Amino acid sequence: MKKKAFSSVISLALAGGLILAGCSSSTGSSSDTKSSGDKTVVKMMHLWPEGSSNAQFTIVDDIIKAYEKENPDVDIQTEILGNEQYKEKIKVLSASNELPDVGITWAAGYMKPFVDGKMFAPLDDIAKEDNFVAGTLDAFSVDEKPYAVPLELNITPVYYNKEIFKKYNLEAPKTYDEFLNVVETLAKNKVTPITLGNKDRWTGSMWYMYLADRIGGPEALNSAINRSGSFEDPALVKAAEEIDKLVKMGAFVKGYNGLSNDEAKGYFMNEQAAMYLMATWELPNYTTTPDVSQEFKDKVGYFKFPTYEGGKGDIDSYVGGPGVGLFVSEQSKVKAEAKEFVSYLVEEWGKRSVVDAGVIPATVVDTSDGELHPMYIDILNDLGDATNLTLYADVQMSAGVADVHLNQIQALFGGQTTPEKFAKTQEDALAAEK
Amino acid sequence: MKNVMSNKYVIALYTLPALLLILTLIYIPIVLSGYYGFMDWDGIGQMTFIGMDNYITLVQDKMFWTSTWHSFLLAIFSTASLLLYLAISLVLASKIKGSDLLRKIYLIPMLLSSVAIAQLWMKIFDPTNGMANKLLEMFGVENTPIWLADPDIALYAIFIPVIWQYAGFYILIYYAALKNVPDEIIEAAKIDGASSLQIAYKIKLPLISGVFKVTIMLAVVGSLKYFDLIYVMTGGGPNGASEVMASYMYKEAFKLNNFGYGSAIGFGLLVIALFMTWLISKLTKSKDDVQF
Repeated sequence: MKKKAFSSVISLALAGGLILAGCSSSTGSSSDTKSSGDKTVVKMMHLWPEGSSNAQFTIVDDIIKAYEKENPDVDIQTEILGNEQYKEKIKVLSASNELPDVGITWAAGYMKPFVDGKMFAPLDDIAKEDNFVAGTLDAFSVDEKPYAVPLELNITPVYYNKEIFKKYNLEAPKTYDEFLNVVETLAKNKVTPITLGNKDRWTGSMWYMYLADRIGGPEALNSAINRSGSFEDPALVKAAEEIDKLVKMGAFVKGYNGLSNDEAKGYFMNEQAAMYLMATWELPNYTTTPDVSQEFKDKVGYFKFPTYEGGKGDIDSYVGGPGVGLFVSEQSKVKAEAKEFVSYLVEEWGKRSVVDAGVIPATVVDTSDGELHPMYIDILNDLGDATNLTLYADVQMSAGVADVHLNQIQALFGGQTTPEKFAKTQEDALAAEK
Repeated sequence: MKNVMSNKYVIALYTLPALLLILTLIYIPIVLSGYYGFMDWDGIGQMTFIGMDNYITLVQDKMFWTSTWHSFLLAIFSTASLLLYLAISLVLASKIKGSDLLRKIYLIPMLLSSVAIAQLWMKIFDPTNGMANKLLEMFGVENTPIWLADPDIALYAIFIPVIWQYAGFYILIYYAALKNVPDEIIEAAKIDGASSLQIAYKIKLPLISGVFKVTIMLAVVGSLKYFDLIYVMTGGGPNGASEVMASYMYKEAFKLNNFGYGSAIGFGLLVIALFMTWLISKLTKSKDDVQF
């Protein structure tokens, strides 16, 4: 009898283990299943579920309804997934040639395999260069041909806590020396100068990219990546030395290499750190998000990454890039309708996304209607004056090289490599690829 | 009835569903992943056959062997911690007050999902606001470690929650096995004047040695293919300092779009795990298994 009891306990325990191991995330998908009749059905997949990205969901939903009203013979059917599930599913679908007619993609390195595999249709007939902010369409182009149209655009200012700055008589720095002075003063007073979630690695990459830009101008890094130059360019090594210097000054939050971006953000939101370099997708947190206290919002300001004495880059050059874009499937049976819908969607999205969702569209925005938060107007005006937009390095590179770059960034911040080795490893990886 | 069951076709028919399930869900994917290992494939476009290239790269890949070493470290640590679990179960099974409640408390980590555990321990390990460093500061430690950000510590820091996570599972197994030891034998020993330590060493442990062997196997193989906490807590970083085989495989296949190479790593992992299973069962084999 006892033996039986024992074996049943064991099997229960084992079964329990199996069940736990088998737990998988559920995919929240919902689809509009209206009767299609003789209508032309255009299938669309996007990544803004009603729950987590309500603003974007509503905009897209409204646009679809308006479009269907104007074109009664077209029926747009949507399938919606969360960000990560979307990324996985789109890969699986493309492997079995079942991509939706219209879908969302990321720029450059991410979409290249799809374009090489002839999964995306060229959109040169609907994407007009001058409707978009300079440089954004390029990020979705392969061999000068656009394969997707950008929806979002982000640049990266340095956000700072005005109150902390005031307490130590600091001002938003315009030059790099002033910036170093800010860092030094804060570090001396035991205030964390900069919060950085470098577990995610692209976060540290943005600091490096800005320094590279300010020291060597935008060409230095770009030409190293497109192989017209070298990563061992003195400016790029110098930028790595500056990072090393910042690390030694104690500029970054303790344990930055183990913090994710979200954790690091917490330090800024809790006023435990004075500065935070992040893309403009953070803007809603400092302007419109109802969960954040007004008191904190009033304390946040931003400045452009300061200029470096003797450097080639100017203050109106930005690191940034388009977020997601819309593609049309090459296999689609309703390509013409899909393309028409895409151009309609992009245009309408541009009119509404800033005001309704706080997302800066890649299309040119009219700021005159006065509904916007002043911080948005400032950013949009800065964007108008931008002299250059350097796409995030890891997005420009292919996945393999990007991984080398990101690992080197983490090693550089962690003091596990020297600036020279940092440059050489990446030069080798880039050279090996071609 | 006996006629029906001795009919070979009926036997085949009845085992078919289970056989199909195992084939389609386990064996075919294994063969397929070995097959994909021969391909250069980004998971999206065309596959091209490249022969043994992926496997040759695998054998020469320093990162793969580093991650294998990390997996083995985890296996060593979790096997060693089995002794701790065993000690706890010995105490629990010896009818101390509140052992029922304690057993339930130890079981709780097993009921939490891995991601929740990871989130919990990431908070504990937070270098500035985390519980671990706050405690150390209370004891006057000045240069508190940065835990998950320090390449020398990160891996070991993750081992702590991993070992904690599985404590309940193994304690439950040992507890059940110890409860299964017949009272008569222990009573007889007591009458002969054996101390409780002697009873534990000379009677209880030999009697559950079979269970102990099984748990060694479970711990080693489970550690070799371990993935969840590593993936959530550090993603294998900083700089591969906490990369294990499974997280390296995931990274190559899904993050770097090297499905071919990722499959090769997966196959390597399978071979290593199979070899270890064989080795352990060989090493722990003994003729005089006690029966009761």
